[in-house]
Amino acid sequence: MTEENTVQTLPSGAKPADANAPLVEVKDLEVTFKTGSGDVHAVRGVSFDIHAGETVAIVGESGSGKSTTATALIKLLAGNGRISGGRVLVDGKDITDYSERQMASVRGGTIGYVPQDPMSNLNPVWNIGFQVREAIRANGVATGKKNIEAKAIEVLHQAGLGDAERRLKQFPHQFSGGMRQRVLIGIGLGADPRLLIADEPTSALDVTVQKVILDHLETLTREKNTAMLFITHDLGLAAERASKVIVMSQGKIVEAGPSLELLQHPQHPYTKQLIAAAPSLASRRIHSSVGEHLVDDVKGPDLLSLAEKHDDTEAAAQAKPVVVSVKDLRKTYMIRRGSFRSDPLHAVDGVSFDIHKGTTLALVGESGSGKSTAARLVLGLEKPTEGQITVGGVEMADASGKALFDLRRRMQVVFQDPYASLDPQRSIGAIIAEPLKVHKVGDRKSRHARVSELLDQVALPAAMADRYPNELSGGQRQRVAIARALALKPDVVVLDEAVSALDVLVQAQILQLLADLQEELDLTYLFITHDLAVVRVVADVVAVMEQGKIVETGGTDEIFERPQEQYTQRLLDAIPGAGIEFGS
Amino acid sequence: MSDRTIEHYVAPIDENSAVEVDKVKLSERRSNLWLDAWRDLRRRPLFYIALAMVLVVTAAAFFPEWFTSVDPRATDLANSNGPAEPGHPLGFTFQGADIYARIIYGASTSLAVGVLTMLITGVIGIPMGALAGFYGGWVDSFLSRIGDIFFSIPYFLAAVVVMSVMPSKNVLTISFAIGGFAWASLARILRAEILQVKNLEYVMASEAVGRSKFGTLVRHVLPNSLTPVIVYLTIALGAAITAEATLSFLGVGLNNVISWGNDIADAQSSIRVAPGSLFWPSLALTLTVLAFIVLGELLRDALDPKARARR
Amino acid sequence: MLMYVVRRLLQAIPVFLGTTFLIYFMVFSMPGDPVLALFGDKTPNPAVLEALRQQYHLDEPFFMQYLHYLQNLFTGNLGETFSGQQVTDVLARAFPVTLKLVLMAVIIEFLLATVIGLISGLRKGGIIDNTNLVVALVLSSVPPFVALFLAQYFIGIKLGWAPVTVGANTTWSAMFLPALVIALTIYVTGMRLMRGSVIEAQSADYVRTALAKGLTRRRIIPVHVARNSLIPVITNTAASFGALIAGTTVTEGIFNIPGVGKVLFDAIIKGETATVVSIVTILTILYIIVNILVDLLYAVLDPRIRYV
Repeated sequence: MTEENTVQTLPSGAKPADANAPLVEVKDLEVTFKTGSGDVHAVRGVSFDIHAGETVAIVGESGSGKSTTATALIKLLAGNGRISGGRVLVDGKDITDYSERQMASVRGGTIGYVPQDPMSNLNPVWNIGFQVREAIRANGVATGKKNIEAKAIEVLHQAGLGDAERRLKQFPHQFSGGMRQRVLIGIGLGADPRLLIADEPTSALDVTVQKVILDHLETLTREKNTAMLFITHDLGLAAERASKVIVMSQGKIVEAGPSLELLQHPQHPYTKQLIAAAPSLASRRIHSSVGEHLVDDVKGPDLLSLAEKHDDTEAAAQAKPVVVSVKDLRKTYMIRRGSFRSDPLHAVDGVSFDIHKGTTLALVGESGSGKSTAARLVLGLEKPTEGQITVGGVEMADASGKALFDLRRRMQVVFQDPYASLDPQRSIGAIIAEPLKVHKVGDRKSRHARVSELLDQVALPAAMADRYPNELSGGQRQRVAIARALALKPDVVVLDEAVSALDVLVQAQILQLLADLQEELDLTYLFITHDLAVVRVVADVVAVMEQGKIVETGGTDEIFERPQEQYTQRLLDAIPGAGIEFGS
Repeated sequence: MSDRTIEHYVAPIDENSAVEVDKVKLSERRSNLWLDAWRDLRRRPLFYIALAMVLVVTAAAFFPEWFTSVDPRATDLANSNGPAEPGHPLGFTFQGADIYARIIYGASTSLAVGVLTMLITGVIGIPMGALAGFYGGWVDSFLSRIGDIFFSIPYFLAAVVVMSVMPSKNVLTISFAIGGFAWASLARILRAEILQVKNLEYVMASEAVGRSKFGTLVRHVLPNSLTPVIVYLTIALGAAITAEATLSFLGVGLNNVISWGNDIADAQSSIRVAPGSLFWPSLALTLTVLAFIVLGELLRDALDPKARARR
Repeated sequence: MLMYVVRRLLQAIPVFLGTTFLIYFMVFSMPGDPVLALFGDKTPNPAVLEALRQQYHLDEPFFMQYLHYLQNLFTGNLGETFSGQQVTDVLARAFPVTLKLVLMAVIIEFLLATVIGLISGLRKGGIIDNTNLVVALVLSSVPPFVALFLAQYFIGIKLGWAPVTVGANTTWSAMFLPALVIALTIYVTGMRLMRGSVIEAQSADYVRTALAKGLTRRRIIPVHVARNSLIPVITNTAASFGALIAGTTVTEGIFNIPGVGKVLFDAIIKGETATVVSIVTILTILYIIVNILVDLLYAVLDPRIRYV
């Protein structure tokens, strides 16, 4: 008998009892959520299986049903959700009709779970030790006060917390995000489960921390021969970490297979679309200088072509005049320590850069590197402690009142969070027209015409003007934010993590739009991001920030191919999918 | 581990398998905060009941003659504590006045005190909370300390002191006595809300566009922080009516005015013989306060999506 | 934690000065003769008037008057009542009674708030929850003095289950009815808080994680849901002290309980404004102390504040 484990359904009733039987079999899984406006079928007929020791990744955009599928395996769906069809077999036993009590014995012991957000998944009022011991006791891994304590320390040691003994008495808020995630991994693996579900376990963390934690997780699961179901939105990450990748869209599996093969020879149009739009893969392709397009005839944007277009402009960039010039910029905050003392925090510590007309400078850094503070200083939203900012020849520190007000016309901003960057109580038209109104440009009628024109520029129908932000998707809101930024015909647009919160396909679309607008209107971009992969496709010049300082500046190709600084190298290595070799 | 081969599965490809990225769909159903809130309110029967109650009280306050033709001040000791009779549906007080007529004429006092107190609370509390929360720094320290001082005197006690020393005890003074201290809670609530809202990106976007700080506060921050204020003020209106009645009951309330609180206080002595003279004004008072509290709760549900989820 | 306590105590100093000044200001900056105003409609005899002028140093500048008033406050000199007793003595006798009443009311309120709130939150949207909401809204709309009259009339007079008035017999059982009524009129806020946070906690990520660890709901509800939800309820219970004072004044007046509230009640009714002001000042200081204790309690309950 040849073993062929397909992602398709086994004939119903077949019950392989041999050693090679899968650990978990999901058959025709359906999940339904009851909402105010009727039932929502979040998962529709999903089948796959996971074998002992195997790592399977489910990839999809938000709303694809990937997380719902994972939580259905341990029946932890949100209150209004239920498994409305299909079966989930764990060791051959169907758990869909298990009681809460029976499920409690499956959870933790047989199937462990590592959640997404380390900040909200530990109870703030109990110390770490309590929360680890609780998991150990519940699964009967150890008994007796002493043994449980010892096991708790062991578990945290394994998860990479060196000084676990000392830290047991500490509370979650005293831990950094990365350390909390280690605690959660420790809890998830504490009872030596046979399957670990990791639901976007590192999405909330910085890339370098992300890499360390994922490497550690991989080592641990390999040592213990734990199978892993890995949920992620990042195709590169999935391919790098899993042997099998399942691509989901709109509640269904669209394609599944060995990860490398899937990436190199995608069959389904949706998968092709996803691969074309994934920045991490695009940059990898350029890096390995594969000239050919992997994907043709796709609807949707292709980041590769976008990146190539950039290569051409890069050289010409230096010849153009400087629009934004920043010299020795410093910003120091006083941070309160305890009750009566405060220490200085150098958020921005001597930063200098120039941006040439019509080009993009990317300021890259991890959280706390000072990149967003730098952006706010450039925008004049905060006053620098020291240093000069010159925009179009005007020195910002000298500009006050009227001059600063005029300077604002030339410099606009698009922020990160599409759900927070538009005032929910104003119509789209009013939001876009606001800069015009504030600067007293035109009359009612001409402003109205300008709003229609701007909506058209960002590919939104003019009829949207009298709608409100909550009727729009995240990507559409971001386009409105761009339209608002363009209203006053600025020279410079600061893009503060402007695409970071978007799904890959939408992200690629917005990047494409930004590139088109730059060319059309000769815009200058200051692109603030934590995501090096995106930088590759949009930037002409890259400045890498660490702890308030720029550690390295250079042309994009230069930085990516010949990084001089160790920190830059570490950032590059941490790009998920960077380790995948593509065949030619 | 077995060297299993993993099959490459591809879902059937139909014509629309590739997704049209972020397609614009303008739904027929429009949606924004106020519209959604109105839709939510419209579906709740309690809203109509509470609204009807408020309208009745308002009508009685402005046009008492619509409801009764009896003079509430006319007393006839022959009717002292008399039972209900035609034309006098609720009977008579100890002094022999018509209970029903007194309830109708008492509505204007309660409503006036409630509305005035609400206005005073809002006029002081909103700027104090908004400026403290939005500007932060020394402005916050200064305004919040002032707020702390007013907050630290229980407003009932403050009102007792003010009303005790106040030479003239009328609707305006009693409203100031209550609202002059109740604003501190409102300022605290609004300040906390503004601290959240002011860090949202649309606030920064407004300043980046060139709007002044104060303009941003008025245009964007305040309108988006109003939900708890509206709820607090609606409930405070009810609470002020209670406070007025309590002060009147203690004898430091309104003089020479028909008020439910005064009537309840007067009826206290005859509670054993004629409970009706105490019961009816109490019921009117309770129902009026209840209507405002219910309205407040419904508004909270309608305006705050998080509260809607808790329902 | 020690630094936190010190800081919190330091913060209370300006508030203390501010409140006492404000009360003093309210009384003595009124138009007309403040001493006469203290007597309301009554005409005091000249000797008493002179004594009061002495006590409040009314011949000195306003700020000096305030300083003398502070001095009196610290030395425990609160003046005399109309009947010639020292206000401090009267309060000292009345205080234990009020403490008993308040303690009972707070305990009942806390139990009502947490138990009903927890049940309502766990059974969100069910019949029990909706009934609770309606009852709570109605109870919170009944002015305390009306509720007390109703209780006195129905339970005391009609049914005879409890004494109509308490009088000198200040036992726990005699004061149970008034305490219960006070609790019923103020438990609503706490109950709603408990319900809201129980509902929020149930969908909190850490509760899902606890379930994923393999814990049973039986353990999760007390340890992770109720424990976290108690923080706002406990602080609210303590903070409802202000409403409680208003409540005890009316309660002790109606049920004739010889506590601080009754002293205040009588002073208000008789128009003894000087005594009213003294008691209000004392109660305000108490309220400030309670507020400090609430903040410290909060810090004890929530480690995020304890370890700054």
